[in-house]
Amino acid sequence: MEVDKKEEIASDSSEQVVNPWEVSAKDGGKIDYDKLIDQFGCQRLDESLIDRVERLTSRQPHVFLRRGVFFAHRDFDLVLDAYERGDKFYLYTGRGPSSEALHLGHLIPFMFTKYLQEAFKVPLVIQLTDDEKCMWKNLSVEESQRLARENAKDIIACGFDVTKTFIFSDFDYVGGAFYKNMVKVAKCVTLNKAMGIFGFSGEDHIGKLSFPPVQAVPSFPSSFPHLFPGKDKLRCLIPCAIDQDPYFRMTRDVAPRLGYSKPALIESTFFPALQAKNGKMSASDPNSAIYVTDTAKDIKNKINRYAFSGGQDSIEKHREIGANLEVDIPVKYLSFFLEDDAELEHIKKEYGEGRMLTGEVKKRLTEVLTGMVERHRMARAAVTEEMVDAFMAVRPLPNMFE
Amino acid sequence: MGFSKDHLLARLQELQIDYSKYEHPPVLTVEEQAKYVSSSEGALSKNLFLKDKKNRYYIVSAMTDTKVDMKVLSQRLGLGKGGIRMAPEEALSELLQVSLGCVTPFAVVNESARDVSLLLDQKFKNQTRCIFHPLSNDVSISLNTLGLDKFLQSIGRDSVYIDLEANPVVGKDQPPDLAVYVPSNSVVVPELPTKTASIQTASKNVSAEKTKPVASAKPSKLAGNVKSAVEDSALLVFKNPEKFVEEILDKTTALLLSEGKGENVEALAETFRKRLTSEFTHLAVMYKNTAYSQGFYAGTQSQPKRP
Repeated sequence: MEVDKKEEIASDSSEQVVNPWEVSAKDGGKIDYDKLIDQFGCQRLDESLIDRVERLTSRQPHVFLRRGVFFAHRDFDLVLDAYERGDKFYLYTGRGPSSEALHLGHLIPFMFTKYLQEAFKVPLVIQLTDDEKCMWKNLSVEESQRLARENAKDIIACGFDVTKTFIFSDFDYVGGAFYKNMVKVAKCVTLNKAMGIFGFSGEDHIGKLSFPPVQAVPSFPSSFPHLFPGKDKLRCLIPCAIDQDPYFRMTRDVAPRLGYSKPALIESTFFPALQAKNGKMSASDPNSAIYVTDTAKDIKNKINRYAFSGGQDSIEKHREIGANLEVDIPVKYLSFFLEDDAELEHIKKEYGEGRMLTGEVKKRLTEVLTGMVERHRMARAAVTEEMVDAFMAVRPLPNMFE
Repeated sequence: MGFSKDHLLARLQELQIDYSKYEHPPVLTVEEQAKYVSSSEGALSKNLFLKDKKNRYYIVSAMTDTKVDMKVLSQRLGLGKGGIRMAPEEALSELLQVSLGCVTPFAVVNESARDVSLLLDQKFKNQTRCIFHPLSNDVSISLNTLGLDKFLQSIGRDSVYIDLEANPVVGKDQPPDLAVYVPSNSVVVPELPTKTASIQTASKNVSAEKTKPVASAKPSKLAGNVKSAVEDSALLVFKNPEKFVEEILDKTTALLLSEGKGENVEALAETFRKRLTSEFTHLAVMYKNTAYSQGFYAGTQSQPKRP
């Protein structure tokens, strides 16, 4: 049984707030992930699970697993058990297309999902919640649809395989079997429960209230009759950032009542803003983030000027005490994106003990990020309108488990 | 034809000018060049080939992070505010005898460039070494400014270093400070139809798709044109099997050239696998996606079989 937290939405600033629409730490400090796991009731992703993944996929686990970026889960062990027995699963992730500008924080779940698709050889559905953004950000229907398509291009550029991936926008796809499931889910959640989970109030319009089932039902294979006909017991694994947990707590609560399997989750920490003080990277502050459209020069400038450094004020002091790795942003970013474990350890040691200076760490980070953004740009340039149409076409995927 | 890169390098050696040479795939932009030549080898340069309204030409060579304000430069040269712009592609081939993406101070070695004014960023003087193309964009060389000066002297030129970021007042009582560097002779470059220009400028490594007409483009547009030329060729990599293979071999050989010194073959093979696997998989997936999308589109357009 999921723990029902009535005091979920603590608008008290002395508590940290984590929900799909707001992420802020306690008293402007750091997010306490242990407390979050406790509060939400999910599990830590421990070493043994990571080792299992390595064994089952015969390849090195993704850097995000090795570094604890994806750190929590629900039922991931059950998914692996089933996989070992030969029962496959499908992946489900999504994006709320609120802006054209995508930053590196947005790419993280997609980079990880791509790895999962390749490593486990499973299909994937990607939901673009244009309706959600239309309602919450007060965009016009046309604008949110346009943004959804533009975002789809950046998502495709992450390297998903078109023969195993279905991308859909809510405005295009809701209806038929998908809508039937939405109604089934909606019948199981009272207004009071929804208000408790999501913090809705009497002032919110009814569009918002009716949205959660839209994000819930892609967890059920029967929502996609063109993809999974007759596979009603197929499991679903959802890679997402931990702020999305409330939607899926609700979904997991409802699933057994509908005779469906509960979706499993694998959850990530937030990607910190460059200046560190905000809870996570925000699309509304251009200097808090590195965008996929940034030039090499932009990246270098942003890192040099805005990346919060844990180095000491003077070189002498730095050589004596070393850097504060806890708050240093460049090292944090490198832990997300620098593939080579040995190199990262070396940097942490040398920088933490004062032998390496901030400038050098920032330089390495700039190299790594510039490489990533360049590769993304090249791939993005190759995404044509036809390719988007192909990914979004309601078509069968006959080779989805190959 | 003009001086070739080998000719130039031989001349540098004759003059006992110390330089380091780096070979790499042809690059059209500083960003690309930066991928193959690390900044620890020297300061990369950006090189602009400019022309004024009276058909006088200038090469401005600067550190990549120096801000070159065309309006200010134009005023300081005494040409008014909008007096200077990017030179057209034909001028590049006619006067400097180099290809797109290859403007370099060394181009003044050619007789055809005798009236081209060369302005160098004074910040180069603080660098141990600076990096330029030796008349070809598949090689970069790094050398100290003293070496560059020596070379220029040998062809009867003075080195002109200026503070490119200075913005002095130019007015009635303050004459333009760079006016002395405006060439005394103007050059008329015959206007060739675009096709001929492309053939003339295409050096052996630049494919036809990469060369785009650049006539009278503003600086940011030039960067945009070169960038879109690079992005168009990115599209081709995913559509065309030959370009796809070329891209893979380019990346592999670049890695071989940079890592292959003295490593034993097994370790090298491991390095290759480690560094290239994910990148090449990504390339292959995009190639597959492109093929599928083209097929999918064809499917939507195809007519049903006649019964």
